[in-house]
Amino acid sequence: MTLADLKPGFADAVFEAQAGFRALLDAFAYAGRITTVDLNLDPPAPLDVAMAAVALTLFDFDTPVWLEPAVAAGSVAGWIRFHSGSAIVAAAGEAQFAVVCDAAAMPALTGFSVGEDRYPDRSATLVIQVPSLTDGPVTRWTGPGIDGSIEVAIAGLPDDFWAQWDDNHALYPLGIDVIFACGREVIGLPRGIKVEV
Amino acid sequence: MSAVQEARWDEAYNFAYLDEQTKRMIRRSILKAIAVPGYQVPFGGREMPLAYGWGTGGIQVTASVIGPDDTLKVIDQGADDTTNAVSIRRFFSRVAGVETTEATEEADIIQTRHRIPEAPLREGQVLVYQVPQPEPLRSLEPRETETRKMHGYAEYGLMHVRLYEDIARYGHIATTYSYPVMVNGRYLMSPSPIPKFDNPKMQGNPAIQLFGAGREKRIYAIPPYTSVKSLDFDDHPFEPQTWDESCALCGADNSYLDEVVLDDHGGKMFVCSDTHFCEDRRAKGHRGELGADPAALAFARTADEGEAQ
Ligand SMILES: [Zn+2]
Repeated sequence: MTLADLKPGFADAVFEAQAGFRALLDAFAYAGRITTVDLNLDPPAPLDVAMAAVALTLFDFDTPVWLEPAVAAGSVAGWIRFHSGSAIVAAAGEAQFAVVCDAAAMPALTGFSVGEDRYPDRSATLVIQVPSLTDGPVTRWTGPGIDGSIEVAIAGLPDDFWAQWDDNHALYPLGIDVIFACGREVIGLPRGIKVEV
Repeated sequence: MSAVQEARWDEAYNFAYLDEQTKRMIRRSILKAIAVPGYQVPFGGREMPLAYGWGTGGIQVTASVIGPDDTLKVIDQGADDTTNAVSIRRFFSRVAGVETTEATEEADIIQTRHRIPEAPLREGQVLVYQVPQPEPLRSLEPRETETRKMHGYAEYGLMHVRLYEDIARYGHIATTYSYPVMVNGRYLMSPSPIPKFDNPKMQGNPAIQLFGAGREKRIYAIPPYTSVKSLDFDDHPFEPQTWDESCALCGADNSYLDEVVLDDHGGKMFVCSDTHFCEDRRAKGHRGELGADPAALAFARTADEGEAQ
């Protein structure tokens, strides 16, 4: 890849990162709700705007990033390294963030760090790009951030994803956290959320 | 936001003072804090241009959250016009160029020391608490390695013993500030030195509650609609403070009251600690027993004075 092929990052790092973060804060705090990432970005394929915004907002040289193999083979690895300075790690267990664009082929959640008893914050955050946040099988979410319950219909996940999530939720307060991304929208799924299929 | 912002802040500083690397680190910590309600996330903070005790932890959190279109409210002990609140408001006006307000309902971000506003908060609002001591077990166990272990295994017997000793000695739980709470049924958390009167407001609140401790470099959070229970016992249930009096100025009988000495002869009155709440009620025509008394009103701080700089 040459520099000429390199897709841009934020045009205005200070304000776009702030806007990106507020969208993620809302998405994490109000789990299960669709939150719009109102940014104009031109990310490398196959990243959607929302996925790219997460990377540019949260990744840096302190955060090892794991890329799904198909993504790692393309121009995304160079783009993340250039704009964020993150190390791209081959071992999922070493990653603070994971980028998954083909959710159906994603590895088991158990491969990622769930944190430690005394430091449950040292767990991985998975950013999973999906084909739709509304057209998938309906699931019912409850937990912190949700007033009662909320129905969420994320498409494109592996068949056993929610069974895996049950196991992850059972580790609470340890566990991975997930951000689902699609187009310009995100949904947060922190580890404390219980999901019924 | 595609166009570069026209600077409304002092450009000698990065927007909101902190450098972008520090903001990113704090932002990541905030998200993990939201994911594990009540758990204290350590963060590597940078030093702020204010002495500890002036709300550096809260300032770092606010600086990492705030955007140019946000409106900020800052309160100290319920009042918008104390030195601490005015200093912090002025700091953000200068380094972020944001609008400020005293109206709880108009604020996007409220930074607070020692109170939760009386007016109900709404979804999307962010309440940032300044925290002098984030560890609720610290007075019982000085070693961080030990308290971290206690949180790790949810071993909170020591705190129950302490509260029970209160009951044995005083007949009730004597703690009135920083009254410990259990968050999402898992983590024991200090609500910061708010009066226990405010504890019930944390439970199921639609707003996002973030806590920043500058000296100890900890961030913790209560997401919206989260269970927050004040510790108690079946035979000694938690009870917030109550008053026989109502506010002398606005007549409110459901707000936290401060005692104000009026003269040298033991004269005193009780007034709302939340000055904006009290002013708002008076503006709507509510009057307490001294609500028309010029001497009593002299104690009531007006919004205009509060904004004087
Ligand atoms: Zn009043």
